[in-house]
Amino acid sequence: MIPLGHYLIVSAILFSIGTAGVFLRRNLITILLSIEIMLNAVNLSFVAFGRQLGSYDGQIITFFVIAVAAAEAAVGLAIIIALYRHRESLNPDAFTSLRW
Amino acid sequence: MLALIPLFPLIGFVINAALGRRLPKAISGAIASAVMVASFVVSVMSVLALVGLPLTERVMEQTVYTWIASGDFVVDLTLRLDPLAAVMILVVTGIGALIHIYSTAYMHEEVDSEFARYFSYLNLFAAFMLVLVLGANFLVMFVGWEGVGLCSYLLIRFWFKRKSAADAGKKAFVVNRIGDYAFVLGMLVLVVRFGTLDFRQLSSVVAALPPEQGMFGVVSIATLLLFIGATGKSAQIPLYTWLPDAMEGPTPVSALIHAATMVTAGVYMIGRNAVLFSHAPATMLIVAIIGALTALMAGTIGLVQNDIKRVLAYSTVSQLGLMFLAMGMGAFGAGIFHLYTHAFFKALLFLGSGAVIHALHGEQDIRNMGGLRRYLPITYWTFLIGSLAIAGVPGLAGFFSKDEILYETYHAGHWILWGMAAVTSLLTATYMFRLVFLTFHGERREDAHLAPLASHVHDAPPVMALVLIVLAIGSAVAGYVGVPSVLGGQNRLGEWLEPSFQPPGETVVGGGLQASVVETEAEAENAALELRLMAISSAIAIAGIALAAFIWLRRRDLAAAIATRFRGLYRLLLNKYYVDEVYDAAIVKPIRTGSEHVLWQGVDVGVIDGAVNGTALVVATSSSVLRRLQTGSVRAYAGSMFIGVIVILGFYLWR
Repeated sequence: MIPLGHYLIVSAILFSIGTAGVFLRRNLITILLSIEIMLNAVNLSFVAFGRQLGSYDGQIITFFVIAVAAAEAAVGLAIIIALYRHRESLNPDAFTSLRW
Repeated sequence: MLALIPLFPLIGFVINAALGRRLPKAISGAIASAVMVASFVVSVMSVLALVGLPLTERVMEQTVYTWIASGDFVVDLTLRLDPLAAVMILVVTGIGALIHIYSTAYMHEEVDSEFARYFSYLNLFAAFMLVLVLGANFLVMFVGWEGVGLCSYLLIRFWFKRKSAADAGKKAFVVNRIGDYAFVLGMLVLVVRFGTLDFRQLSSVVAALPPEQGMFGVVSIATLLLFIGATGKSAQIPLYTWLPDAMEGPTPVSALIHAATMVTAGVYMIGRNAVLFSHAPATMLIVAIIGALTALMAGTIGLVQNDIKRVLAYSTVSQLGLMFLAMGMGAFGAGIFHLYTHAFFKALLFLGSGAVIHALHGEQDIRNMGGLRRYLPITYWTFLIGSLAIAGVPGLAGFFSKDEILYETYHAGHWILWGMAAVTSLLTATYMFRLVFLTFHGERREDAHLAPLASHVHDAPPVMALVLIVLAIGSAVAGYVGVPSVLGGQNRLGEWLEPSFQPPGETVVGGGLQASVVETEAEAENAALELRLMAISSAIAIAGIALAAFIWLRRRDLAAAIATRFRGLYRLLLNKYYVDEVYDAAIVKPIRTGSEHVLWQGVDVGVIDGAVNGTALVVATSSSVLRRLQTGSVRAYAGSMFIGVIVILGFYLWR
């Protein structure tokens, strides 16, 4: 059986990749994808902990996260399309008009 | 039934205040007068019921409801009628009703709404005065006490578009408030020490104590504070300055409030708490001295004033001083007797002066009058009776009451105070007849630019004349309820009042019956003394009148000559001893300066405005820094969130 630590290491690596993506990439769609990676890293650790502790709670939470992520992706992509129509750009630095 | 007495005028007030502007003058005036007459009728019925009770049980009470119940301290809204209150309610409702009736004629030139406003104030005043008189404890009395102060303010500044009237109203209110403050403090002292404010309970508690020696006993301090309150309401030194200025109000108001009723509240209050005051000899002496000083001082000022109402105002202050002298001497009956007779002749004199002013279309300066006897016969004769009564000519009301005060003062051994009172009597006779002679006798001084032609002068209209005649009869005969025993009378009023000045249940009935031979001899001596003093005071009154007649009828140039000869003194008197100016410089100016430079420019601008503006400044400065955080860049927000999470996690992990 694969020990818990391995799952957590994979989860941490995935989360870091996602975080790095959010900060480093300059494309809104890529940022959205990176957020999905972060969410899935969290899902992975939930499931791993659930299995370790012998409970289904982790898996139940994961289903919730997947459902929320789907909704989030739909809303996020819709916003991105609207933004693109507005500015012809997907660079987040182009959208700073809410500054003081 | 007692509650009806103040309730009637209150109903009149509500009607006139709510509907008055829609009612014609005849109706609003009739309502106001009718409620006063109704109140008078109920008063008479109540007093008759009181007379029917046996001597020791002459008290009627009505508790309307419990007003304050806080632990052991309970205050009921209780009305109580005892002999003293009986005299007062008859004066207030009787004279009050007459003055209401007089006012319907006097104020007829006002428009409907002003007319109704006037009568609503007048009714409200009567209601509060009756509450003051009937209140069974200090708090209920205080309600009336404050209420009459309010109505006095409203009525003095009735013609509030005139600045002098508005100022006079404010002055009366503020000066009264100083006295009221001391009155409240006095009440607090009594509550803390005795735990009750009920007059009867206080009397019985205090009666068990020995009289206090010195100045600093609880009762002395409490009574002194109450007396300061009385000096405000009853216009004594040092708080008398508002009363002469109060003449800015309509003349019937001066008659009702500033002569017959409200200003007597202080005297009444001392009479009400006779037992309390008797146990504080130091306070009593102060009361007597202040009274005598005020009487003398106001008398001298009255001698040189030229405004007909101001002369009467100073005469009121002076007579109130005599009442306080009597109170301070422990002659409570004499003080109340004078209060009662004074109400008649002072109301008469004010209403008479009102008739003169009415006839001359607002002229008040006696230098512009003269010779009015021919044009205003009714006013002249009634005014003359009032003047004779106040001067103390034998046979009229003022003689008996003033004489009793003089006798009691002399009898108590205070011959300096007696001397002051005697000089005051002389002054009273002189200035009153100066007024009579300058107004009604001699030739009409046509050089006065304001005076209208003689043909326009008309005597008092029937309603006013009727009231004047009724009051003149009252001034003539009111004194006969208190004829002293040396003149074959019984001093019925004194006997009637006596239970009110004793602790409840301890009334001495017919104390004279057990008089021994020695006491009878002493009494005979006293009677001889009383007769002598009576002769002296009659002589004084007649001398005063003769002096006035000599100067202002025969040798009018003499008055001017005296004024020029003693110019300094004349100036001093004409300017009322510069008391207003001294108060202005010593109290008003420092308060103004302090308020302006310290309270306004220092506390208000610096501290209060500073705190508000400072708060705004701090918020503005900090937000001008903080708003730079809102960059609008999504990645910056994500970064700050990330850093925040790291910091929180790090805190928990490495703690």
